[in-house]
Amino acid sequence: MFNQPAELLDAHTIREDFVALNQEIFPGVPLVYLDSAATSQKPSAVLEAISHYYRRNNANIHRGIHTLAERATQDYENARKKVASFIGAKSSKEIIFVRNATEGINLVAQSWGRSNIGPGDEILLTELEHHSNLVPWQLLAQEKGATIRYLPVDGDCCLDLSQYAGLMNARTKLLAFTGMSNVLGTISPAREMIEMAHAAGALVLVDGAQSVPHMPTDAADLDADFMVFSGHKMCGPTGIGVLYGKRALLEVMPPFLAGGDMVRRVTLQGAEWNDLPWKFEAGTPNIAQAIGLGAAVDYLRAVGMERIAAYEHAIVGYALEALSELKGVTTLGPPAAKRGAAIAFTVDGMHPHDIAELLNREGLAVRAGHHCAMPLHQKLGLPATTRASFYLYNTFDEADKLVVALHKAQKLFGLAGW
Amino acid sequence: MEKLYRELILDHYRDPRNKGRLDPADISYEDDNPLCGDQIHLDLRLDEDNRVVEVAWDGQGCAISMASASILCEEIQGKTLDELRHLGKDDILGMLGIELGPVRLKCALLSLKVLKAGAYGLTAWPGKEGD
Repeated sequence: MFNQPAELLDAHTIREDFVALNQEIFPGVPLVYLDSAATSQKPSAVLEAISHYYRRNNANIHRGIHTLAERATQDYENARKKVASFIGAKSSKEIIFVRNATEGINLVAQSWGRSNIGPGDEILLTELEHHSNLVPWQLLAQEKGATIRYLPVDGDCCLDLSQYAGLMNARTKLLAFTGMSNVLGTISPAREMIEMAHAAGALVLVDGAQSVPHMPTDAADLDADFMVFSGHKMCGPTGIGVLYGKRALLEVMPPFLAGGDMVRRVTLQGAEWNDLPWKFEAGTPNIAQAIGLGAAVDYLRAVGMERIAAYEHAIVGYALEALSELKGVTTLGPPAAKRGAAIAFTVDGMHPHDIAELLNREGLAVRAGHHCAMPLHQKLGLPATTRASFYLYNTFDEADKLVVALHKAQKLFGLAGW
Repeated sequence: MEKLYRELILDHYRDPRNKGRLDPADISYEDDNPLCGDQIHLDLRLDEDNRVVEVAWDGQGCAISMASASILCEEIQGKTLDELRHLGKDDILGMLGIELGPVRLKCALLSLKVLKAGAYGLTAWPGKEGD
């Protein structure tokens, strides 16, 4: 049994805030939730913030004069300020609330992309990308006659930067890449990549869906032009996400969705757009969810993103080591030093579906399939993998349970264990 | 833990019956589930009454999909295409002796889907033909 160093955060105490973790999947079989890369559990403070809005402050925002409307507006806009501060944005006008990271990317592709990408232009992506940071660009490229290039993954499951200079050229208008792979946990060398892209005259979008929840983020310091992330992966509710964009870029981008609230004045002849950030927030937004995201930011800040990153580094190192003891189990991705806490793995002679099914019987929630990264799996030569992912509320003995359950599954299938 | 992976399923997974290819074949079809990599190829030889006289299947995938293919092929041997036309989701689950959620259901039904597409040109997932 592993004894955590004292300075690491105490997952045993933290998990008491996450009530959904306290349940049995089958009688006597407690839940071991190892699927935070898919969605995170939520602390009570977030649930209470959402509930409080509906119980006490439920009103529409921005237009009302009555007290509830003022309270709702204040809480919604405070949530925006919290998010801005959380990712190092210079102004809360640079924080657009959207439904999730995917919607944020679509917003950039349609609003910025349609006005800036033309025939012969190039967009540089990577082989690590989640479909949400692939397909919108493919659609845009098809529409505009642009070309997409892909920065490859090397043998260590890291981005092959030696190819980077060769793939970027004068026609490259945009680089879009993941801050952290949802399959391999690979952490991209964001600062370096952004500098090189800017030197070549390209803008950069960072898909922070996996990185923002798991490590300290300073979008302005990184000099990212755009960054997206999802509330539900960072202890917030579903239905809320964020697009960060540099103010100068957002000011000149045309609207995404049109309707109420994103306009300043409307006549039968036409409309004037509202200021940032509301130009990009049409209709009644996810008010409760935005407030919930604000509470999630409060929670994560109180724990400390540095401590969370350090803890995940420790637990993924432990888990990788423990899994390496199992014969026939192969973990994918870079070594612990260069990765976050998502671990995709294979088991000889067992299909991911069967693995996930058998792990579920032991209370373990993992994910099986291609994890919305089919091109990456094609590159790896695997139709599917199983993925276990850790977050601040997972304990080291849950990593032990993963190993024990995997071994048990192997034995059931008559395969060599250790 | 083992209810899903009854001896029947593990037995057919570890020791599949009728695995291989037929050449020539009267009916030959294959399909896959791109979500997980389950893949099944089916070859049938028929007599003049359209009775299945020989069957072979090939493929890769999870235990449920592979066992299902193996068990289905044993089941259809000696039956006419008319007799097999009505085979549906419940028959497969009955053969396997288990209940399945929607994701694993597709694993179990892939072989039937291949049979129905190859023999009858029905390309919808079994159970969803009416949708």
